[in-house]
Amino acid sequence: MAKIVTDVVCPFCGTLCDDLEVALSDDGKEILEVYNACTIGATKFLHSQAKDRLTRPQMKQEDGSWKEVTYDEAVEYTANLLVDAKKPLMYGWSSTSCPAQGVGSEIGEEVGACMDNTATVCHGSTLIAVQDVGVPSATLGEIANRADRVVFWGCNPAHAHPRHMSRYSIFPRGFFTGKGSKSRKMFVVDPRRTDTAKMADVHLQLEQGHDYELLSAIRVAIRGEALPDVVAGIPKDQIYEVADTLKSGRFSVIFFGMGVTHSLGKNHNIDIAIAVTRDLNDYTKAAIVPMRGHYNVTGSGQVWGWQFGFPFCLDLTRGFARYNPGDSSSNDLLIRDEVDAVFVLGSDPGAHFPVGSVKKIAQLPSVCIDPHITPTSAVSKLHVPVAFVGVEVGGCAYRMDNVPIETRKVVEPPEGMLTDEEFLQKVLTRVRELKGAA
Amino acid sequence: MTEYLIKNGFVYDPILGINGDKVDVAVKDGKMVDAGDVAKPTIIDAAGMTVMAAGVDVHAHVAGPKVNVGRNFRPEDKLFRGVAGTGKKRMEGGFSVPTVLRTAYLYARMGFGFSMEAAMPPLYARHTHEEIRDTPIIDQGALPVFGNNWFVLEYLKENEVENTAAYIAWLLNQTKGFGVKCVNPGGTESWGWGMNCETVDDVVPYFDVTPRQIVSGLIAADEYLGLPHCMHVHGNSLGEPGNYEITLDTLKIAEDYKPNNDFGREVVLHNTHLQFHCYGGESYASKSFESKSKEVVEYVNSVDNISYDLGVVTLDETTTMTADGPFEHHLSHMNNLKWANTDVELETGSGIVPFIYNPKTFIAGAQWAVGLECGLFIKDPMRAYITTDAPNAGPLCRYPRVYKWLMSVKARDDMLDNTLKYGDKVRERCYIGELDREISLYELAMMTRAGPAKTLGLGHMFGSLKPGLEGDVAIYPYNPETDTDDPEKIEYAFGNSAYLIKGGRMIVKEGEIVDMGNKRTFWVDAKVNENPMVERDIAEKFRRYYTVTQNNYTVEGPHYVPNPYVIEVDATR
Amino acid sequence: MAAIQINLISGRTIQQGVSMENGKEKLAYRDACGILELDDAEFKRLGCFKNTNVRVTSEFGSVVVKAIGATQGPHPGLGWIPMGPWANAVVDPNTYSTGMPTFKGTPVTVDVAEDEVVLDSIALITEECL
Repeated sequence: MAKIVTDVVCPFCGTLCDDLEVALSDDGKEILEVYNACTIGATKFLHSQAKDRLTRPQMKQEDGSWKEVTYDEAVEYTANLLVDAKKPLMYGWSSTSCPAQGVGSEIGEEVGACMDNTATVCHGSTLIAVQDVGVPSATLGEIANRADRVVFWGCNPAHAHPRHMSRYSIFPRGFFTGKGSKSRKMFVVDPRRTDTAKMADVHLQLEQGHDYELLSAIRVAIRGEALPDVVAGIPKDQIYEVADTLKSGRFSVIFFGMGVTHSLGKNHNIDIAIAVTRDLNDYTKAAIVPMRGHYNVTGSGQVWGWQFGFPFCLDLTRGFARYNPGDSSSNDLLIRDEVDAVFVLGSDPGAHFPVGSVKKIAQLPSVCIDPHITPTSAVSKLHVPVAFVGVEVGGCAYRMDNVPIETRKVVEPPEGMLTDEEFLQKVLTRVRELKGAA
Repeated sequence: MTEYLIKNGFVYDPILGINGDKVDVAVKDGKMVDAGDVAKPTIIDAAGMTVMAAGVDVHAHVAGPKVNVGRNFRPEDKLFRGVAGTGKKRMEGGFSVPTVLRTAYLYARMGFGFSMEAAMPPLYARHTHEEIRDTPIIDQGALPVFGNNWFVLEYLKENEVENTAAYIAWLLNQTKGFGVKCVNPGGTESWGWGMNCETVDDVVPYFDVTPRQIVSGLIAADEYLGLPHCMHVHGNSLGEPGNYEITLDTLKIAEDYKPNNDFGREVVLHNTHLQFHCYGGESYASKSFESKSKEVVEYVNSVDNISYDLGVVTLDETTTMTADGPFEHHLSHMNNLKWANTDVELETGSGIVPFIYNPKTFIAGAQWAVGLECGLFIKDPMRAYITTDAPNAGPLCRYPRVYKWLMSVKARDDMLDNTLKYGDKVRERCYIGELDREISLYELAMMTRAGPAKTLGLGHMFGSLKPGLEGDVAIYPYNPETDTDDPEKIEYAFGNSAYLIKGGRMIVKEGEIVDMGNKRTFWVDAKVNENPMVERDIAEKFRRYYTVTQNNYTVEGPHYVPNPYVIEVDATR
Repeated sequence: MAAIQINLISGRTIQQGVSMENGKEKLAYRDACGILELDDAEFKRLGCFKNTNVRVTSEFGSVVVKAIGATQGPHPGLGWIPMGPWANAVVDPNTYSTGMPTFKGTPVTVDVAEDEVVLDSIALITEECL
């Protein structure tokens, strides 16, 4: 008889579904099946027990081959790397738990590091925009229970947040939205006719990179002022129609993603989207919610917020926290050769940073803490596998709307494998010893 | 554990009736003891200094999601104010919204031992507890908000007090909460549709219930449970000219209720940041606006079952943050500064907006005056507590400045004559110019320790140096015999404690923070009779309307509450 | 056959997510992400069949991927490479002082490269960096 673990929290994306059910073997050791997850989440659970899983740290040798080392040796190497560096970069922190992020913060403070999380290549533009104009937002349940106008701007939840529409944004029969998707009008703004756009009532297939102009035009349309015939490839009649539909709703929400954070305009694309939302609040109720990528990048921003006062691009090198994206941001630091060691945990910049930055990581003393073999681990000098948060160890994670949920431990990690938190705690202890002796 | 014997200090303890006498104060095994009960104590010579029980803060926003929004969306609040860690202290940052480390160190420097987080949105309770856990030194608790909660709205429409009480007990247990907070009753649910409740008789859309019913029902439920702390309310129409009548309407709801608890609490309603609720007139212009603090406090003086805290405006650039979502939207339209808002499903909402209380404007000067008047009109200082609604009316670090203003007419006149641009108009439209009362150190102890402890139902632990209570003692470098010449000395001394002993551990020694203490998270576990109907309602709402499962809602375990202090209440019938 | 200029964007796909969780070192990841989605019109301009390997070159780098028919199109003038090391070989790394590289909106040239091989992620990153 399979044992079913309920209320399992999926550790993949910012949707942070917490209704998964995992079927285990009788002895509780093997994951047999995952229910309710999207295919990506299910893969994460099922793959965690793959036979080819790396179970011990490995150090790169002169000839490029990998040699297994002990966790203690890995701790020693890592601690020395961090203490010896003048300006180490400690990056990632997004696919791990808040307790681990907390210990990491203590290490960063001890060694005077630059610390950054995946927002730097994801919703960093949003974080900056919020610092300029604020953000009228709501929890996902408010959307499910009230929203009747839903806009997906520059995001493709069908592929990136697969259960978002069914759990929160389009299909739920909420308290005031008993007709489910029929209670809602759905808009997609995307230069491609994405799988999400195919479901929409209205798809604005704008010219890529011209979101700012279109958002600005919507602000004009909201005020009933004059528009040029076409903005960003969209005819003005359609723009007025969209503005009117949003104004006429009871509750409009804009979900947005990399289409706007990554394109030129960057943070300004976001601050004008927020301004649109603010404008709508003068006519009806409106909210805007960023589609956060990693399942706990939000948590990293929260932990650093309460400990240091800033959500990413932290510079702790002077002993007190400083912040200046463009200067203290990972890619800029790497490209300009301003860091002399790299520590990566809970993310894969090797795959997700522009290659110029990855070349720098390859040239520097570097450590990669990750259960998987990745392009980051491939260019690092030390690769330390750890337990999967949300599968083999619990720990708090923050959803895209900042709601914190405690992830669960469903199975034991491989024999002798450490968790992020345990490894970091050992590194912290050793760092303090080394610094105390200095 | 080290024993301490504090000698030669000027001791102020309203519970023991000590008013400046030089009595010996002793701490042993984490508790206050009779001076004769210590065998080999470390002697602290407090000659020339003021000795009190450690401070108890009844209301401050220092931990939780909206506080963190304040931090993350205001990088400018950190500029030039970062301080590197030394010794046991970690780095600190932030002026109006300090990091959790700075919050702890500020409280230690101000000689505080306990702080009640003013508002905790239940769905985000986990976050509040993470921040509380990471705030060293001080004991803390948090008040979950109930005034816009769907369960509460539905039960109180039918005046189902017992069901409301059962739900409150359940929620306190699930979120590790301390008591009942009610913010802008009905208004924040209305804000879910962009609307608001301005008076106590406005009707909440769909739920068809009024703020009056909500306030009344929550008071009734609180007393039904016999909780340590009374119902803690932030009334409708905060900050609006003319709102004092709505405040009086809210306060008068308490007339029907008597305190019912085993904790020595004698009030049934605590009105927070009263300053924001004592406005007369029809606009903020000096020809219209007037202070109604006298009228409101007169009412409080005439009854015996209400307490309040001041919420004094300190004339700083600060950050406003409150569960009064519609108010914050309104504020952002007034000052055109960045506005953050989070509505929380089934429960509440919040808004965060920076604000500059500019002493060159009439209205900021008037607000400043109103807050102080709220502290100067009170007859029984055991029922009026000094706060700045940190950071809404002023940053946490300004408490000592507020003490200075309350304790010195000279300091107030200096503000009116030299700092405020419209000091003359402020004297005209407010009462401050007529008030020559100077709060004494004895009264200060009432308003910052003994009183708040009592209203929180923690008088058996904090607020006094009485043997048996917690070993929390603050020593300030203030000599009441020789330092009265200069009010600046008050501000300096109460912001730079010479010693703080917390739970019997020396935290501040000779002005330096030397220990991180062993903070506890206080929460209240109220037992009620089984209530299958409420249990069913809870299960239904989680199944259909919440976006987390009921099992995942619970906050528990060492990662969130590593050192709990649980107050048990038996409310079974 | 001719080289074409297109505007390159990148982002998530389900296959990218699934193959990533199964292990980026595996060929399934290469097959999910070492691709360039183009409209039929672009294939005409390029003068090749679908599922042909092509070389994508920008001011910042060059990479070989397999050109396939757009799955979420048509999107005239746009090319789509799922997020990953292949896209990141060519995207604009400039952050313009915001900290954010310009992952979407890089002008690229696409050439037919039938005889070139799409490398797996580890081989690709190794070749570029080590």
